[in-house]
Amino acid sequence: MEQKEERDLEMKPFAYTRATNSQTAVQAVMREQTAKFLAGGTNLIDLMKENVEQPDRLVDINRLELTRIEERNGGLRLGALAKNSDTANHRLVRERYPLVSQAILAGASPQLRNAATNGGNLMQRTRCYYFYDVALPCNKRQPGSGCGALEGFNRMHAIFGASQQCIATHPSDFCVALAALDAVVQVEGPQGARTIPFADFHRLPGDTPQIDTNLKRDELITAIDLPAASSVFAPRSYYLKVRDRASYAFALVSVATALEVQDGTIKQARVAMGGVAHKPWRAREAELALSGARVNEQTFKRAADAAMQGARGYEHNRFKIELGRRAIVRALTVAAREGRTA
Amino acid sequence: MTGKDIERDNGRHGGDNTMRDKPTPYSKRDEAAVSKPPDTLCGEEERSTPLTEIATGLKRREFLQRTALAGGGLIFGQRLLTDGGTTRLDQVLAVVPQAASEKVAVRLRVNGSNYGLRLDPRVSLLDLLREQLDLPGTKKGCNHGQCGACTVLVNGRRINSCLALAVVHDGSEITTIEGLARGDELHPLQAAFIRHEGFQCGYCTSGQICSAVAMLGEVEQGTVSHVTSNVRREGRVELTDEEIRERMSGNICRCGAYPGIVAAVREVNGTERGA
Repeated sequence: MEQKEERDLEMKPFAYTRATNSQTAVQAVMREQTAKFLAGGTNLIDLMKENVEQPDRLVDINRLELTRIEERNGGLRLGALAKNSDTANHRLVRERYPLVSQAILAGASPQLRNAATNGGNLMQRTRCYYFYDVALPCNKRQPGSGCGALEGFNRMHAIFGASQQCIATHPSDFCVALAALDAVVQVEGPQGARTIPFADFHRLPGDTPQIDTNLKRDELITAIDLPAASSVFAPRSYYLKVRDRASYAFALVSVATALEVQDGTIKQARVAMGGVAHKPWRAREAELALSGARVNEQTFKRAADAAMQGARGYEHNRFKIELGRRAIVRALTVAAREGRTA
Repeated sequence: MTGKDIERDNGRHGGDNTMRDKPTPYSKRDEAAVSKPPDTLCGEEERSTPLTEIATGLKRREFLQRTALAGGGLIFGQRLLTDGGTTRLDQVLAVVPQAASEKVAVRLRVNGSNYGLRLDPRVSLLDLLREQLDLPGTKKGCNHGQCGACTVLVNGRRINSCLALAVVHDGSEITTIEGLARGDELHPLQAAFIRHEGFQCGYCTSGQICSAVAMLGEVEQGTVSHVTSNVRREGRVELTDEEIRERMSGNICRCGAYPGIVAAVREVNGTERGA
């Protein structure tokens, strides 16, 4: 009994600070090298239970007023602390950026989406088994210790942009839609506010797989902006997620597609993939192949081939290359039919 | 609870020294180990548990005691809540540096009863309920947000209590499986789970029921799901079996009682207290 009660207390002790505004939150994290922001906690607390994350201080930002979803410059500003579930179900998100709703609803479970925040989703870490198990080597968790996945069990792992140091994938669905729609991340740090285009937010592993994003340690995400121009895709966008179960599982491959079509010709297209790289993977070669082409299966196949050209499989994940190709064709087909799956 | 703790609570919440002092303060709990039979999955005790106890998470005698006490707690609870929403906390709380794992004052309203606590910040809401508040109806399955056995309602919304630090939810209203019935009258979903045999071993059941209660509310609010064909369409989504399965997918049942669970939810959907 006593042992059971102590289980969660196996987490390394930490100090707890409840922040009342973003400035004091940033200062509290800036002051202490090992302090971290705590939002929904659905990933961070889990990682702390596994001793993967060991902050000495958690700065609880849940009381900050960053929960609003509002119109801004013709687009939408999603508060960093708005819950995933509220974002997916917001009237304007559903109407103008249905791809975002679809992607969020494809991820996690209702309970997790009720706790998880928009900013936290961007900051979640890989679900690579080697990263999660502190007994195994992982350059992301412990730089220099090696990559267990490279020649180990790598079924879930990357086929694009990997390095000899790390072949982990980014686990988010939401972020794949944000990449496709050219979202912009608003952040606040000790030096004030700045913006980060979504494509520059997450990093490829290179020689520093321990660094997931270009957000500085003491910078806080305050909002995510969906640009007005991207609402043009609302009628023809689709998020397809392929996974081991029908629900509540991470993507093997996912595809966010968005088309603007005029008289049967594609004016512009967006294709982004999840489950295939260390960051949400924008397939720009596919977009080029689609732009100006007629809406038909041949066009979609050509785009899929272009997207998968640079893919490289490992022992257990080579299936993702063909799966990715088919998923792109399927997602584009459904998007072109204005969301009808058959 | 010490006099000092009550004073602090008064300052924050605007005077309520009649708060029921139910749980043993954490510090005392540290010193005195409390031994209880373990809440095992296949122990003799659980195997002979009557169906109603599975669906309510309570033994009958405990249940009657609880509801009698909860009736008293409710009055104070209402008074506490009329002091205002979360803004009152923003006004008072500042960034106070604290030593590692220094205990934090937390006020919670659980199943209509108010608690003033001092907690190690590492304590999950799940462990608080089970180990300190004597509410073991909420189950610890995976402890990593993957099974849903620990599902509770926080301010009416379902979350995994295993991934929630209790200190984060200061000022919140929590409902567990023990808080769903009204006196002797089971919540319609509890009754439906029994009627449709929505369980076998019963370990996931309290999480399933809490989840279903919140889910039916979400449907009333017009929420969409992964299987909703058009998220752009407004209005209430028809709760087909496919919708039920998707919306309940955060709760895993290893006995595979899903057909009974879906039937129970389907039956309660749209009825008076379903939402």
